[in-house]
Amino acid sequence: MSAVIDTPGHGHADQDDHAYHPSGLMRWVTTTNHKDIGTMYLWFSFTMLLIGGVLALTIRSELFEPGMQIVNPEFFNQLTTMHGIIMVFGAIMPAFVGFANWQIPLMIGAPDMAFARMNNWSFWLLPVAASLLVISFFVPGGAPAAGWTLYAPLSTQMGPGMDLGIFALHIMGASSIMGSINIITTILNMRAPGMTLMKMPMFVWTWLITAYLLIAVMPVLAGAITMVLADRHFGTSFFNAAGGGDPVMFQHIFWFFGHPEVYIMILPAFGIISQVIPAFARKPLFGYASMVYATSSIAILSFIVWAHHMFTVVMPTAGLLFFMYATMLIAVPTGVKVFNWLATMWKGSMTFETPMLFAVGFLFVFTMGGFTGLMLAIMPVDVQLQDTYYVVAHFHYVLVAGSLFAIFAGTYFWIPKWTGRMYDETLGKWHFWLSLVFFNITFFPMHFLGLAGMPRRIPDYAAQFTGFNEIATIGAFGFGLSQLLFLYIVLKCGPLGKGEKAPARPWEGADTLEWTHLPSPAPYHSFHDQPEVK
Amino acid sequence: MSDHAQHYFVPQPSHWMIIGSFALLFMAGGAVMWFNGADVGRYGVLAGFVLLVFMMFRWFGDVVRESESGKYGKREDVSFRWGMSWFIFSEVMFFAAFFGALFYARVLSVPDLGGLTSRELLWPDFSGQWPSAGPGFQDQFTPMAAWGVPALNTLLLLTSGVTLTIAHFGMVEGNRAKLKLWLFLTIALGVTFLGFQIYEYSHAYSELNLKLSTGIYGTTFFMLTGFHGFHVTIGVIMLTTMLFRSIAGHFKPDHHFAFEAVAWYWHFVDVVWLLLFIFVYWV
Repeated sequence: MSAVIDTPGHGHADQDDHAYHPSGLMRWVTTTNHKDIGTMYLWFSFTMLLIGGVLALTIRSELFEPGMQIVNPEFFNQLTTMHGIIMVFGAIMPAFVGFANWQIPLMIGAPDMAFARMNNWSFWLLPVAASLLVISFFVPGGAPAAGWTLYAPLSTQMGPGMDLGIFALHIMGASSIMGSINIITTILNMRAPGMTLMKMPMFVWTWLITAYLLIAVMPVLAGAITMVLADRHFGTSFFNAAGGGDPVMFQHIFWFFGHPEVYIMILPAFGIISQVIPAFARKPLFGYASMVYATSSIAILSFIVWAHHMFTVVMPTAGLLFFMYATMLIAVPTGVKVFNWLATMWKGSMTFETPMLFAVGFLFVFTMGGFTGLMLAIMPVDVQLQDTYYVVAHFHYVLVAGSLFAIFAGTYFWIPKWTGRMYDETLGKWHFWLSLVFFNITFFPMHFLGLAGMPRRIPDYAAQFTGFNEIATIGAFGFGLSQLLFLYIVLKCGPLGKGEKAPARPWEGADTLEWTHLPSPAPYHSFHDQPEVK
Repeated sequence: MSDHAQHYFVPQPSHWMIIGSFALLFMAGGAVMWFNGADVGRYGVLAGFVLLVFMMFRWFGDVVRESESGKYGKREDVSFRWGMSWFIFSEVMFFAAFFGALFYARVLSVPDLGGLTSRELLWPDFSGQWPSAGPGFQDQFTPMAAWGVPALNTLLLLTSGVTLTIAHFGMVEGNRAKLKLWLFLTIALGVTFLGFQIYEYSHAYSELNLKLSTGIYGTTFFMLTGFHGFHVTIGVIMLTTMLFRSIAGHFKPDHHFAFEAVAWYWHFVDVVWLLLFIFVYWV
């Protein structure tokens, strides 16, 4: 069974080479090509990573010593808030959508995404939202400063910066919903003949589930921030007790979005790791079906655990117990995944190129973040640790060493297919070791700080916390500077086009369609003929 | 699968999307200025809105032309069906947030404010009974009764679901006159619904002292019915587009997903209304 696709340029004899597109800037602005759009997502997310990183380094500089040094407390609050929003919505999520755009059509043998124009719009809404966020720093009152969670009544009180933040989140939400509808439809409708759901690569599976989560919860976030906007400007009383509302209601609605959101940021990472480890262990993924079921279980459980973010808010004991046990239950499917990755490596012929290094690093460090999550799930413990640096350590272990390391692993793994060039293996290994070491120097001491009672989101601290804070700040600068090495490695393969030419299948253990059926770099339009999958 | 089913249409590069992005930038930027006292922001919102409507008109125009010129086969049709289904699911979740707020207020926050602790410490006179505008609301207001205009509106929307189905039968039978007549009646019912809702709102503001700022009752009442009314408006616009396209001779008995998508959307709006009628007006 073969397929023919209508490509841009059909009907124009002079443009009928299947690679026609406008040149220069307009190519990127008007493109309907999933590879162009994926590339833009990835560069956008890296830019946001650097911006969010600069905010983080400013925070760490202020916290190098006790007392107020560099910024005033109001601006410090803006820094923590915007660091969170930019990293979550600007860096991590768009990076995974970039991977989805590049890889899903290649891995399921589809000619492009199902809705190619909408795909373009999903991307081009992001720079709009990012502009609004950046502008918010320069309006009276400054950027949003209520924390990335935008809790009412803080968020119902601030200046126009908060409105800019709200509209930015609306626009990013619209982008995510459109992107997810596109991804789900592509996966459900555009697989190559013979590729049943249970034959899909794990990365595709994780994105199918992630896209479902996004469509389910991004509208809820839109609802929550619409309520904030209405309370701010239209005289409503959603979060005002005098009018019969309740500020705690914001937390419930927000975390109904927020907890699935944290899985939105980790499930695609699981997918990348599930591609990388089998490739470099030269064995098929152990327990494929159980991986699918575990991922689905995590997604379902994510809807019934939200109030574990609110253990210190008044709740009936039955509620506390329910959310505590439901949360601890998530350790089961997550454990299934970790053990499956270990079993995949068991007796494999392993080599440790950079993608594999990041994947193994992910296993160690993400799992530590998982364990601290389990501790935080225990309600009586959480009451002590709520809003301390222990929580900061926990979620940076899962978001940086989890999501970000998986993004690095995926980039090194697929960049030969994207650019046709091999990355510099020596520099890649340097990038890994510097990242791993500096990551731990930054965030490991935060566990001790949190257990000792240092609160998060506060620009000053008691003198006994100084030592660990100094170590963390040094680590943070090391980690930030190491990412410039990553930038150089990617520039070298991509725009500069240096490095040795990549074969179609540089990783002998990789067996998905993009390696077995396409040259490197993948042609502008791939899978004119859909391959038959056995 | 037929041969035709395997042509998957990938559209040419297009500049509508970037225009849409600028439209949203103007609307968001303008709205922020407007809400914060700089009235000039209104023009930003207006310019952005006009640009957005223009963009949608032209973009959807491209889609209609592609559809009518036969570029969409079975497989594209399946994509559109999945796409519309998931879009409606996202809308369901949006309304779920606001229904969640309503239930939270009715079951938790208002009774709690009338509970023992609040009574002793803050508001001794507050009973915590629904409907309530909260303990801090000093005026009197009358809640909206279910068995007047709202019940009539329920009847209108339910009837419009039936008329739309008859129009769809006309489409499938190839009976264009039937299609156009019943589609027109559906639109008329939708417009009447909106007219009644405008009447209801002005009645609330002028006679019942029920406003958006009337505590949590006014908040949930106007936000829920308001977002619903907004969706009915969108639905009416889409139905009208379908009517114009029917008059222009578009659609075939076996190829009219645009019409079906609008019908799905209309039924979704209908179901939301039933929930509103039950939980906002009636119970």
